[in-house]
Amino acid sequence: MNAISAAIRGARHDGPALVAYLTAGYPRRETFLATLNDIAEAADVVEIGVPFSDPMADGLTIQRSSRVALAQGVSLGWLLETLDGSGGGFKAPLLLMSYLNPLLAYGLGALPAAARRAGISGFIVPDLPLEECMELKAALSREDLALVQFVAPTTPPERAAELGAASEGFLYALTMNGITGQDAALPEATLAWLARLRALAAVPVCAGFGIRNAAQVARLAPHVDGVIVGSALVEVLERGEDAGAFVHGLRPARAG
Amino acid sequence: MNAQLEHTTAALLEDEVAGRYPDARGRYGPFGGRYVPETLVAPLERLADACRLLRDEGFLAEFSAELRAWAGRPTALTPARGLSRRWGAEVWLKREDLAHTGAHKINNAIGQVQLAKRLGARRVIAETGAGQHGVATAAACARLGMPCTVYMGALDMERQAPNVGRMRLMGATVVAVLNGDRTLRAAVDEALRDWVSDPDGTYYCLGSAIGPHPYPYLVRELQSVIGREARQQLLDAAGRLPDAAAACVGGGSNAIGLFHAFLADRSVALLGFEAGGRGSGLGENAASIAHGRPGVLHGCYSQLLQDVDGQVQETHSVSAGLDYPLVGPEHALLALTGRVRYEAIADDVALAALAECCAAEGILPAIESAHALAGAREWARTHAGATILVCLSGRGDKDLKTLEATLLAGAGAAA
Repeated sequence: MNAISAAIRGARHDGPALVAYLTAGYPRRETFLATLNDIAEAADVVEIGVPFSDPMADGLTIQRSSRVALAQGVSLGWLLETLDGSGGGFKAPLLLMSYLNPLLAYGLGALPAAARRAGISGFIVPDLPLEECMELKAALSREDLALVQFVAPTTPPERAAELGAASEGFLYALTMNGITGQDAALPEATLAWLARLRALAAVPVCAGFGIRNAAQVARLAPHVDGVIVGSALVEVLERGEDAGAFVHGLRPARAG
Repeated sequence: MNAQLEHTTAALLEDEVAGRYPDARGRYGPFGGRYVPETLVAPLERLADACRLLRDEGFLAEFSAELRAWAGRPTALTPARGLSRRWGAEVWLKREDLAHTGAHKINNAIGQVQLAKRLGARRVIAETGAGQHGVATAAACARLGMPCTVYMGALDMERQAPNVGRMRLMGATVVAVLNGDRTLRAAVDEALRDWVSDPDGTYYCLGSAIGPHPYPYLVRELQSVIGREARQQLLDAAGRLPDAAAACVGGGSNAIGLFHAFLADRSVALLGFEAGGRGSGLGENAASIAHGRPGVLHGCYSQLLQDVDGQVQETHSVSAGLDYPLVGPEHALLALTGRVRYEAIADDVALAALAECCAAEGILPAIESAHALAGAREWARTHAGATILVCLSGRGDKDLKTLEATLLAGAGAAA
């Protein structure tokens, strides 16, 4: 089993596994490894976002953090070198989130080995649907790196089954149509849909987009294997607050 | 070029001329595709299905009727006597500036809004650069009774202010895009974010031959009326095909609309002119074929202006409508195969061609279209007596503010 699936299945705490997102080099490039370390202590998986000039699936928060990172010269090359030089040892496995173009610019030939050296276990590419992913998927498989697929509320059921079968690491279920950084309402229909996905997917199912607080995590808990928290965590970093404490605070209070 | 590559590009060209692109995956040779979030895959699949209507007699009759009775088609083909004398060539202008709302954009907008109605959309959104596509979409929505929201970069709203007013008069909501580069590219980002938030109820009316499949195909089909008309008009008027057909290229919708009718006419040189801006450095122009390399932006793999890390570069052009870092995927293929020759035209050269057209023909072209005039004029230098067809894609009334700060500022100082 891929390190990502293993970390989600064997979450160290009660409740669903927590996948925490932060933008590479954010808020400051010099202190990024320390920030990453704090978050990896608290989360089960860490998703590191490569900043991109045109993040079409992201809302204002991640647009902002991407801009701040790019202004400091953060790039995929910088991130991989920095992680490679860090000696690893993070408590949680690392996922790399990137729009496709920075990956193409780096070169799909060199990318998998460099990612492996940097301690990355898998990739999330939000603008790369199943039909277009074969080249990247083949390249990543050479280093046993996972490629996570998304499933959306607009995805027809037959396609959802295909995505559930093709996804590696986990299946990223979008709680709502739209971009990151909103507030998901999580109606009953969404919970039932998540449960159906969980029944058909070969990998764990994690819900993301619009997850900001412990009440939402608790509501999702019976229906998913993990939840993904992005913009809310970036906002915590933006305000200079304790990211580790925020992640811990998302877990349901232990009963009794 | 090595023998194998030459063979490959020849085969690609053969497929292109035979109409085999886009293929089932939305590709034009290596370019095109559909690089979008999963949320948009099903809506794009529905749209691709709906493109069957482009072969449906009822739909086409409705489309043609609107083009004729409302949009003012066919547009004139004007023998440009003044320019012909000056250039030592026989110059013909395809007058898309005479189309309703002042540019070729209306062909695409009315067709797509008709499609949106057929698909049962509740509202239409669009992006706009120069404002011409925004005005065209606002007009088409007013005509067909659809609510309309247009995303426009804040910088473009400043330099194309009259078009903002026109959109609002026609009932559209114009949203200023303050993030990113505040031009067309940021407007597309924002329109995509809107669409992904309501993929079922909203129809995204994309204005150029770019974006995820099927948009480059859809826009080409709706714009190809330009080339079909011009080809027939020239045959009727001059009894021959042109030696060259020229158009400006940003995303490339008027150009693909013009070129498509002539692809199989191998005797016709096809010329595309990109925005050369202030120079060849990163950020100084918007010439993605001349200065870009393959990459993915806004759902499509094509020639892209980007830095070494794959970050999309800010662009510069005196014309807002060409100020975009990616070219349509079919143009990338036509450049690769050599069927179309693309060149970059500098800001000042385009402005000079605009002034010449005003003086010689009594026609104020859009600054975008002036790039095509400038390029055609250059081509005429080495092809004395040739017959040249130029797509005058739009009128320049919208550019007065820019012209006051450039051409007219110079004239004022001289007087």
